[in-house]
Amino acid sequence: MVLSEQDRRLIVEIQGGLPLSSRPFAVVGERIGLCEQAVIERVSAMQESGIIKRLGIVVRHHELGYTSNAMVVWDVPDERLDEIGNILGAQECVTLCYQRTRRLPDWPYNLFCMIHGKERDRVSAYIDTLVEDQGLHDIPRKVLFSGRRFKQRGAKYL
Amino acid sequence: MDDIDRAILNRLQGGFPICERPYRAAAEQLGISEQQLIRRLKSMLDHKQLSRFGPMYHAERLGGGLSLCAMRVPEAEFEQVADQVNAFQEVAHNYARDHSFNIWFVLATETPGRIDEVVAEIEKVTGLRVYNLPKKEEYFVGLKFEV
Repeated sequence: MVLSEQDRRLIVEIQGGLPLSSRPFAVVGERIGLCEQAVIERVSAMQESGIIKRLGIVVRHHELGYTSNAMVVWDVPDERLDEIGNILGAQECVTLCYQRTRRLPDWPYNLFCMIHGKERDRVSAYIDTLVEDQGLHDIPRKVLFSGRRFKQRGAKYL
Repeated sequence: MDDIDRAILNRLQGGFPICERPYRAAAEQLGISEQQLIRRLKSMLDHKQLSRFGPMYHAERLGGGLSLCAMRVPEAEFEQVADQVNAFQEVAHNYARDHSFNIWFVLATETPGRIDEVVAEIEKVTGLRVYNLPKKEEYFVGLKFEV
């Protein structure tokens, strides 16, 4: 999908949030000089093409009680990346699972997943069970629990 | 937070209708009125239970850059370095983690090329190496939280 200047204005206009009024797309359209139908059509097109991954509530997971977030990093042989990435990605408690670049020799880990939970002990126990059930003992891993959160803002994209 | 708030959170993390009266359409599915839904969303935003109500963009498809970076910061310099990193407007979020790689932050930039520039700027300001760990493959992106 090719983005026009008008699309970019629309993206910037709604990046902080949709208006909380009965006809939000009409309000957005008024601000950027588009009719309501055109806004609806462009937002739909952006969602279909994946430019908008998701529209709706973006939570602050800390405030919802998900205070223990563990980043589990794995040093997976390259030929097993897809297999193990898909296993981890399919777990109920895994909220993100990415392959990332290694930085040898300091950082050998190439598969990252996030596990969010309400208590650290339960997250640890969950990871132990996951390793056991999926037979992942031979994959070196580290669990990095989050400490303080210094900053969390909605990314500004344009 | 009551059962209706929880229902709103669980349902509207998954998507929102794109039509003339989207709050009314979503409210109908939840069995509440349009005005109730709008009022509750406002209240949850005011109480910072929601980060925002709107789009989550795919930064790369918008032509931007996005990467996760880590640093190994000596304990004595930790506070100072955290402040220096957070001062960059490209730093979207930043967490301390319990590992020798103890600061982890996400960079979101207008162009992909800008990532390397910001990494170099942070290294210059802090005098420490920044490990840039860009994504190579996505296996799962859910990031939804049941309440």
